[in-house]
Amino acid sequence: MGLQLKDVSKFVGQEVHLKDISLHLEPGSRYVVLGRTLAGKTSLLRVMAGLDRPSKGTVVAGGVDVTGVSVRKRNIGMVYQQFINYPSLTIYDNIASPLKIHGVPKAEVDRRVREAASMLHIDHLLDRLPAELSGGQQQRTAIARALVKDVDLLLLDEPLVNLDYKLREELRDELQKIFGQRDSVVVYTTTEPSEALMLGGNVIVMHEGRVLQVGTTTDVYQNPANVKVAQVFSDPPINFIPVSIEENCNRFGEDLCLPPTSEIAALPKGEYTFGIRSNKFSLFDLGEGYFPITGTVGLAEINGSETFIHFMHGNESYVVQEEGVHTRKVGSRIAVYAHPGDFYVFNKAGNLLVAPKHGR
Amino acid sequence: MNKWENNRAWFLILPVFIIVAFSAVIPLMTVVNYSVQDIFGPGQRFFIGTEWFKEVLSDSRLHEALWRQLLFSGLVLLIEMPLGIAIALMMPKKGWGSSACLVVLALPLLIPWNVIGTIWIIFTRPDIGLFGATINGLGIPFDHTASPIDAWITVMLMEVWHWTPLVALLAYAGLRAIPEAYYQAAKIDGASAWAIFRYIQLPKMRGVLTIALLLRFMDSFLIYAEPFVLTGGGPGNSTTFLSIYLVKVAVGQFDLGPAAAFSLIYFLIVLLFCWLFYQALQAVGTGDK
Amino acid sequence: MARIDLNEIKHSYKPNPRNDDDFALKRVHTTWDDGGAYALLGPSGCGKTTMLNIISGLLKPSHGQILYDGKDVSSLQPEQRNIAQVFQFPVLYDTMTVYDNLAFPLRNRGVPSRDVDARVRKIADTLELSADLGKRAAGLSADAKQKISLGRGLVRSDVAAILFDEPLTVIDPHLKWELRRKLKEIHNEFGLTMIYVTHDQVEAMTFADKIVIMYEGEIVQTGTPEELFERPEHEFVGYFIGSPGMNFMKCTLDGDFARVNGSAIPLEEGCGVRASRLGTDFKIGIRPMYTGVFATREECGNAPAFEGRVLGVEDQGFCRIVTVQFGGQEIKARVSDSRTVVDGACWVVFPADKTRLFFNERLVG
Repeated sequence: MGLQLKDVSKFVGQEVHLKDISLHLEPGSRYVVLGRTLAGKTSLLRVMAGLDRPSKGTVVAGGVDVTGVSVRKRNIGMVYQQFINYPSLTIYDNIASPLKIHGVPKAEVDRRVREAASMLHIDHLLDRLPAELSGGQQQRTAIARALVKDVDLLLLDEPLVNLDYKLREELRDELQKIFGQRDSVVVYTTTEPSEALMLGGNVIVMHEGRVLQVGTTTDVYQNPANVKVAQVFSDPPINFIPVSIEENCNRFGEDLCLPPTSEIAALPKGEYTFGIRSNKFSLFDLGEGYFPITGTVGLAEINGSETFIHFMHGNESYVVQEEGVHTRKVGSRIAVYAHPGDFYVFNKAGNLLVAPKHGR
Repeated sequence: MNKWENNRAWFLILPVFIIVAFSAVIPLMTVVNYSVQDIFGPGQRFFIGTEWFKEVLSDSRLHEALWRQLLFSGLVLLIEMPLGIAIALMMPKKGWGSSACLVVLALPLLIPWNVIGTIWIIFTRPDIGLFGATINGLGIPFDHTASPIDAWITVMLMEVWHWTPLVALLAYAGLRAIPEAYYQAAKIDGASAWAIFRYIQLPKMRGVLTIALLLRFMDSFLIYAEPFVLTGGGPGNSTTFLSIYLVKVAVGQFDLGPAAAFSLIYFLIVLLFCWLFYQALQAVGTGDK
Repeated sequence: MARIDLNEIKHSYKPNPRNDDDFALKRVHTTWDDGGAYALLGPSGCGKTTMLNIISGLLKPSHGQILYDGKDVSSLQPEQRNIAQVFQFPVLYDTMTVYDNLAFPLRNRGVPSRDVDARVRKIADTLELSADLGKRAAGLSADAKQKISLGRGLVRSDVAAILFDEPLTVIDPHLKWELRRKLKEIHNEFGLTMIYVTHDQVEAMTFADKIVIMYEGEIVQTGTPEELFERPEHEFVGYFIGSPGMNFMKCTLDGDFARVNGSAIPLEEGCGVRASRLGTDFKIGIRPMYTGVFATREECGNAPAFEGRVLGVEDQGFCRIVTVQFGGQEIKARVSDSRTVVDGACWVVFPADKTRLFFNERLVG
């Protein structure tokens, strides 16, 4: 059963929470909703679940209009950021609760509860209370409870954000495997681009209540439709350089003028914004076609196996991500190499014109 | 089809609707009815429009009762709010001590209101009352049946004793909701106890205190049983508050017309203040993120 | 500016602790140098917040002492210790303006208002808050609020150390970069000792010069990000640092080789022979970054290569994580995003200089 949203908008008083959202979600697929806080991700989930009614537009599940249908009648499971479990019930009863409400026979309840618990590695904790468990285990219980019913729609609202870094990594791995086995539509919200990339599937990029782009994760990552999508979907932040394309060169500020690549040469003259991801900048001249951009080092951050160097070129600050450990003194001159083929080109309105070729 | 399937919910509230209709709405309509008629006896009624309202509003004794009432409510709030907050600040936050304090505080709230009036009559009697006898024994003449000042003092003491616990309990709940980190940060900033109160506790209790203010104002403005039992409105008229005066007019003089008009005006005054407080509560609520 | 010594600190929240489990901090004995940037890194419940509260004075250790510049401050209250603390969520005085918030600690200490003004403006400038000075603090964004919390600490000129308790928790990812940079700049400019508690290794590694890894109430290793990455002294450090963590495989020793399910993986010279005296419970560890995965034997060059099977590939934007079946278990390898890796048979390379040997969870080679 797929899910469709047609022209959904939600207003609360003067505030626009959602605007003109139309989505088509296929069964058995995964969708990560990526956006900053207050982008409308939670509002979107609530409308999908039936917890909120959209001010305009319709929600269609499996061909049936369910816009006004209360969430109790819909077949959904939802997991929240705060590990929400019934505090006075044991883990077993917590996971069993949706089945008991629907009057499933006891033997079947027992089988499904144990199956869900073992999938999430909490089968040894079934007779404890939620308060006795760690954060990660409580969240696993909440996830098990959402999975134990055969739901059409599984919604997860930043479920890992309150967990430790390492725990997040592990659960993410497990969740990927679990999602792969199901037939339902899975919608997962997050503010972290790296999480969207790690979960894979499809991504829905949101900003200020609107959907900016929908597509497979790799596709959207490699071809962001506009500047906003590129900004939201990058970690470390993507570097933007204002460039004016002139007769025979691309002018980067006053001092840099470079011969364009074939795609860029085809563009009309004018002002553009070029974008390049930090890992495409290199501290080393990698040979043919690479040109240097000089700047002053602002800060060098070492991340164990990688270095992030923040530097200033003119009035703009940029980040270069390089493998290995490299120390640079603050205030020293630095030359950073880039290849014209690695640039994204956005026009004045912010829309994507040229994207780097995959596999560069 | 765009229909919410909440119809079943209406059936669940229907009994309440019916009860409220019978016990409140219909009597209210009756009062409105009486307020515009002159009633001499059953069957003899004349519609006189807003006559009663004009008469009531120009009644000087009503004005006096109104001023007394406002003074009373004002004093009540001035005393009870700070006192309640102070008690809440002093209460232990954890352990058996906090449970014990909560129980002791709640006791005055559980006593029937006319019983409270009776307790305080006896308590302040100059001959056998603990308080009355002690004060008189110290040489200070104290008799709430004779002196208006003494009557006011007694009524105020009784009211404060009765209702400050409510303010204290609400304030306590508000205090408990403040995360520990604020106190830690204030400690590190070197803030004095007064600064902590002024900049952390009071602002964070804003919502709860507004509710307390609203409740206490409404209740004190409508007060009837305790002062009536205690002083009957006397000596003279010195403790005749609005509701006591209203009952005198309605029941004592059996003037249903003016009493009904009076009730409506009373109702509207309370409604006005409630609306003002509600607006204030909304403004506080949004500023309190 | 303070040197902080922790002498035999143990802490239990229970009044009568009986065994090890009752202690939140089992034994901490270490020194932190003046002006350094340290991170306390560990999973939830490892005791890092307890440690931070002992350093700041919000908690008195049940055993042991803490010294600032050689002076015992174990019984001193936080306000007497010249420290500042920034909490997980912004802690502000809602009713005051940004200016008043920053001025608060100084006014409490009776600093004359002209000095207060100069100091507040200077700090506001450093934190890029000058434009917001007149605004009410409650109305600003989360990152601005955290900057104000930080500013309240910096504004006191006598402050010796600033402690951070997971301060970037409520901040959006794209603003975390800016704030981290700001913290580093402040560290460079003011030269204060800064101690940062987190469970996020990226934050710890980018912020700190030295990282203290804690696990179950004890310090497991202290070192620079590089040291922790290249030479983790404990399996936990190998697992906790690095995304994904180190690959561990049980092995037996055979001269200078480690045998995993028959395959002989080369170790650094002499290390295998030295370690064989210790016993038999060994594991080798190698980071995914150094684990090589190739499609053909030729691409592996001269290095010993082993057969494996690629089970899956995840695209992470700037790199790819490959899950490989080898020696009866799953290991991960990290490859550049410009390489395409397909499912199926593959060849795995473990460079000897990056392969570490562990005995009883501790590093031996």
